Amino acid sequence: MSLLEVNDLTVKFYTEEGVVNAVDNLSFSIDRGEKFGVVGESGAGKSVTALSVMRLIESPGHIESGEVLFNGENLLEMSDEEIRSIRGNEIAMVFQDAQTALNPVYTVGEQISETIRHHLGYDETEAKERSIQLLDTVGIPDAESRFSDYPHEFSGGMQQRAIIAMALSCDPDLLICDEPTTALDVTIETKILQEIETLADEFDTAIQLITHDLGVVADVCDRVMVMYAGKPVEKAPVEELYYDPKHPYTVGLMSSIPRIGDERERLQTIPGTMPDLVDLPSGCSFHPRCPYAEESCTRSEPALVDPETGAVATDDDEHVAACLEYTGELTDGLGYEVTVRDSSDDAEVETVAGAKASSAVDTDVPDAGGDRRD
Amino acid sequence: MSLRRFILKRLLLTVPILFGVSVITFALVHLTPGDPISQMVAENPNVSQAEEAQLRAQYGLDGTLWEQYATWIGNVLSGDFGDVYGSSQSVAGVLISRLPETIALGLFGWVFALVIAIPTGVYAAINKDKFGDTASRIIALSGISIPNFWLGLMLILVGALWLGWWDVGAPRTAVYHPEMLWFLILPGITVGTAAAASIMRVMRTSMAEELNKEYVVAARAKGLPERKIILKHVLRNSMISVVTLAAMLTASIVAGSVVVETVFNWPGLGRELVQAIHGHEINLIMAITLFTGFFIVLANLLADILYAVLDPRIRYD
Ligand code: SF4
Repeated sequence: MSLLEVNDLTVKFYTEEGVVNAVDNLSFSIDRGEKFGVVGESGAGKSVTALSVMRLIESPGHIESGEVLFNGENLLEMSDEEIRSIRGNEIAMVFQDAQTALNPVYTVGEQISETIRHHLGYDETEAKERSIQLLDTVGIPDAESRFSDYPHEFSGGMQQRAIIAMALSCDPDLLICDEPTTALDVTIETKILQEIETLADEFDTAIQLITHDLGVVADVCDRVMVMYAGKPVEKAPVEELYYDPKHPYTVGLMSSIPRIGDERERLQTIPGTMPDLVDLPSGCSFHPRCPYAEESCTRSEPALVDPETGAVATDDDEHVAACLEYTGELTDGLGYEVTVRDSSDDAEVETVAGAKASSAVDTDVPDAGGDRRD
Repeated sequence: MSLRRFILKRLLLTVPILFGVSVITFALVHLTPGDPISQMVAENPNVSQAEEAQLRAQYGLDGTLWEQYATWIGNVLSGDFGDVYGSSQSVAGVLISRLPETIALGLFGWVFALVIAIPTGVYAAINKDKFGDTASRIIALSGISIPNFWLGLMLILVGALWLGWWDVGAPRTAVYHPEMLWFLILPGITVGTAAAASIMRVMRTSMAEELNKEYVVAARAKGLPERKIILKHVLRNSMISVVTLAAMLTASIVAGSVVVETVFNWPGLGRELVQAIHGHEINLIMAITLFTGFFIVLANLLADILYAVLDPRIRYD
């Protein structure tokens, strides 16, 4: 049994502009101790997915259908009381912007301790002790005196560390990290990511890492789900996604990973923007931006299939993608090629311009291969 | 800066403020036509010109405005607020004897305002745009719009004349007497209503704003019960803007009590002030005004301290 299993989740927001299809029929699962990445541009439905898992969708949003099984129990059917005993305790969340996620008028220590007191029933002193220990674990120097500091007395990186300490305070089974490093600068980003990774191993916690940055995913995750306009478009183990991306959107995302020290034109983003979720394009939602779109893409909506066989995806399929190419409905095929190059000590993937479009792309695949999976 | 230095600095700042207040009030009082001596003379036609001049000199009312002011401020600085004309009472005596009544009224008004406004504001923010919120907004709007003298008269009409629960005017007993405290309810509500209404609205707005902040989602994600999130996390943040408003409202409560004390015949400083103005009791007017000014400055200082206690990001400087 998976730790978390999301089945056919659909979430809508009833706004004045119309009904926003934030998440549409989404399924995925995360195993105990696994590091699972959710990737996509903003508006893809990543954060809504995360909040739905914790049942934190607020009006005007509404979870329309689906189930969220955590250890086999459907969180969506639990009483408020029951779900609260899971939040912060068995499933915890690390927010994007630590500065806004911390309450400015209470000390950092108090905000960590209150969770511990609430879930674990510790008294004031025990909770304080554990909080100080946690602050120390996440790498905050002089944790004992920092305990009584207010959030504004912490630097951005330290605030994020404190948020991580808070999330880990009750030894969760699942840690949902929503863009945990977007608000930080690059040097701190790497450190925090490493920290999350080590701590997850140490605490034996599964991670759902939400990010718009495929590079971050490569560093941390085992498996990846790429989302576009509320739907999953590709799911794969991380190295397969890098060496053998199957969906044009994934390829597009790879071309937009910035890389330091590369002279060639790199920061090429996917042309166009995320479609209006109130009024999704017909057929494949990606077709207005897809360089390989054909007439059929505007008519039929591609299902998630096994790219090798074209058969509808099952739970056993490791690598699935939602593009008409794999059900044989495209006449010209996808025009990118993936070449693996070796330069310096990095393995690189180059997607070369194909027949119809030019997307000269190469991608950093840090140590996604061998050494991390031992 | 330490809290002590902050308080000290602010207290020193009251000196120029009170000086300004005294100059302006002094000028205004003297620029209004008529003075206490002409009033005495008008009441008693037998007073001769020489006697009138002598009276003026006795009360320090001869000489130019500046000379008069200098005499007055000199006396005040040595602790002498002067006498009430045509009676043996000293101004300081009147002030001290009337102060408890006014403080009781102001405090009651304040407590009433806060007790009504904060829970209602919280309730309205949580149930934003629902029936309860709309209803409380309409009531608040009426509370702000109704003039307090009219509200006072209505309360007398209903409470005293129809229900017969209260007397029409304040009983003539000491302020801590149960009868007096019971009567306090009417002017207290009257003086507190407008403040309650504005505080409620600010409470609602700032609470609704705070409820949208991410730390609330984060607190929910920690599994804290909603009641705790509201009462511990959100309330304290929302109170920050309420405190600022509350300090500003002190002035309006003070101003309101002048009218309300007159309507209810409440024996406080406000009613005394109205009588002093009628009787051209310059010394009394000056003393009450100065005292009120000092009190408002003090209330603001208190608000600033409270503000910094509520919000650790505020530094005293
Ligand atoms: S189905 Fe068509 S539009 Fe959609 S990704 Fe595939 S080629 Fe592009």
